[in-house]
Amino acid sequence: MVVRIQDLPRRRYGMPGNAACPGCPEAMGLRYIKMALGDNVVLVIPAGCSSVIQGIWPKSGINFPILNIVFASAASAAAGMKAAFEMMGRDDVHVVVWAGDGGTADIGFQSMSGAAERNDDIIYIVADNEAYMNTGIQRSGLTPYGAWTTTTPLGKKEHKKNLPFIMIAHDVPYVATASVGYPHDFIEKLRKAAKIRGFRYIHLHAPDPVGWRFDPSLTPKVAQLAVKTGMWPLFEYDRGVFRLSPFSKPYKDPSKRTPIIEYLKLQGRFRHIIDKPEEIKKLEEYVDRLWYWIDALEKAFNPSEKARELLSRHA
Amino acid sequence: MTVMTLTGNYAVAYAVKLARVQVISAYPITPQTTIVEKLSEMVDTGELKAKMVRVESEHAALATVFGAASAGARAFTATASHGLLYMHEVVWWAAASRIPLVMAVVARAIGPPWNIHVDHQDIFDQRDTGWIISVAQENQEVLDLTLQAFRISEDPRVYLPMMVGLDGFILSHTMAPVDVPDQEEVDDWLPPRRQPYYIAPETGVVMGNIVPDDDYYMLRYSMQKAMEQAKKVIEEVDREYGKRFGRSYGGLVECTLCDDADYYIVITGSWAGEAKEAARKLREEGYRVGVARIRFIRPWPGEMVRELAARAKGLVVFDRAISFGSKGPLFLDVAATAYGLTSMRGVIGGLGGSDVTADDIAGVVRDFVGEVEEKGSVYEPLYWLFPAKYRGKFEAKEVVA
Ligand SMILES: Cc1ncc(C[n+]2csc(CCOP(=O)(O)OP(=O)(O)O)c2C)c(N)n1
Ligand code: SF4
Repeated sequence: MVVRIQDLPRRRYGMPGNAACPGCPEAMGLRYIKMALGDNVVLVIPAGCSSVIQGIWPKSGINFPILNIVFASAASAAAGMKAAFEMMGRDDVHVVVWAGDGGTADIGFQSMSGAAERNDDIIYIVADNEAYMNTGIQRSGLTPYGAWTTTTPLGKKEHKKNLPFIMIAHDVPYVATASVGYPHDFIEKLRKAAKIRGFRYIHLHAPDPVGWRFDPSLTPKVAQLAVKTGMWPLFEYDRGVFRLSPFSKPYKDPSKRTPIIEYLKLQGRFRHIIDKPEEIKKLEEYVDRLWYWIDALEKAFNPSEKARELLSRHA
Repeated sequence: MTVMTLTGNYAVAYAVKLARVQVISAYPITPQTTIVEKLSEMVDTGELKAKMVRVESEHAALATVFGAASAGARAFTATASHGLLYMHEVVWWAAASRIPLVMAVVARAIGPPWNIHVDHQDIFDQRDTGWIISVAQENQEVLDLTLQAFRISEDPRVYLPMMVGLDGFILSHTMAPVDVPDQEEVDDWLPPRRQPYYIAPETGVVMGNIVPDDDYYMLRYSMQKAMEQAKKVIEEVDREYGKRFGRSYGGLVECTLCDDADYYIVITGSWAGEAKEAARKLREEGYRVGVARIRFIRPWPGEMVRELAARAKGLVVFDRAISFGSKGPLFLDVAATAYGLTSMRGVIGGLGGSDVTADDIAGVVRDFVGEVEEKGSVYEPLYWLFPAKYRGKFEAKEVVA
């Protein structure tokens, strides 16, 4: 399934006058959702930048039906909506959660984990801009090591939580990573997810010019560098099979990766560590560990036909 | 109609079934648990055609039924005490979204220390959220109120969610004969679900996005207006229900022995039973005492309370909760409604399930009547009806303004 730009719908899904900052990755991601899934979609959005991006009543800057919901329980609200649609004989409606990294990895984690464990039939997308942006750039469980935020003024001391792996461990049918730097890959994954029933999780890397301190014209470039440096590997786990996505395949070989410094130096949030080799080293080691996991997952989830049959059995 | 012997919790479950609820989600907590269990069984055996979303917390439970209701399904949840506190954020969210919903609250004390017995602190904690809040006295009323809750909440003049309160253990786990209406009768009486808007791909509806401050203000105003309308709707539904099923409760306030009363006990919940017994005893002694049982904490039945106060020599308000640093929450509403009209005493009793007997209540009323008759006018906003073994060791009447 290859997505070609010329085949994508040309309709406008993000409306002029929405409240996103210039270069906003969330505004980009939201557009791609409808490009991928069409109109049979309702969105559930917890507190976060996307609550604001919609703009102010009585207008809406995003062309979706949306249930805005409290910060901690987006997945639950979505599960309830899906149950309602099923009761009303409308199994085909895609109920999609669109949440930030805070609303997913931190305060919303319990709710999401519950929905994943129940294998609720929803698509959960986390727009990961690696901090709480709505409240003005505070650290989250998905902020990387070393990054400045207003609550880690000297740089974060802990590494990013590996949420996609945690979601694979929930034994849900579909888990993928994506990036706003690779829209076709994201759209393809959304379309694949749409054909699967059960809990589907897509982790969208969303570099944020405001919170990461880079020029708004660079959002796609920074996103692509995250992939090229190996900091953000694109992969999918599809009912028991783990695959690196084509854009990330070359970077299995560490020698092909762009040096991390190229990625870091574009972002003001890493300014205070850019000249500290020992700090950079911590991030390099993080990348090595990440790829060790990926290697392990690739080996583990490259199953024989028989094992694949077993692994794909979801309620 | 069938007479069944049911606990209060099972009365809730049967009402939910009769209302043909489509989506249920709940998280267990004593003493609510048997509601979830019974409903799970009904759904799993096919007795009730509904989805049961077995969530991992109460916050999720209310968010789930709210999501379902926003998409247009009739939805229900139930909780108690800490569960209710845990979902508090969503309680507000649901009400101001104007999405009809029904929740049973099995009243229970709040920790620490852990205590699973009844008081009304959890219910009063929700007082300002915009939910219609009712409290039952006995199991039959639990079933009736739960059924009526769907009708009230889904009435276009109201469109606010509704809680049905029932006292932990005293009702939730105690069996009593309950008239359970037939499905056809209920189908005939309860119209299909109505709601102001719903979310679906074709509606394009967006709920809950940012509004300008002035419009926010007006939304709050409209909730208050809906609460006022709800008073009418509650009375109407109570009357119609009475015609159809043979039971009416007097709407927002059930008044017992009120016709010629000089003094009223104002109370809510199951201990109104003890209050009525106390009133009967006191009448035998020559005191003209009536009982105004507040069935709805919200909307507050101000008109009725004011009317009572205007013709009363005094009101004794019994609270099973306290607003620390102030008074009992029920008393606060009564006083705000009837201040200056009559004498008042605000009694705090039965916290954490501590026992209050009809004799205890009669004693407090007798004492109050004596004081009023002697002094002419009494205002005692905080009177401690201590558990028996502590009585006399602490000062019962506190001097507070
Ligand atoms: C219960 C609760 N706590 C805190 C907040 C304040 N709050 C709103 S959005 C937000 C951060 C959102 O961060 P994230 O989920 O990463 O989304 P982003 O804004 O980056 O898109 C916080 C802390 C809230 N709305 N509700
Ligand atoms: S802070 Fe970031 S995510 Fe939020 S609106 Fe601005 S660019 Fe978008």
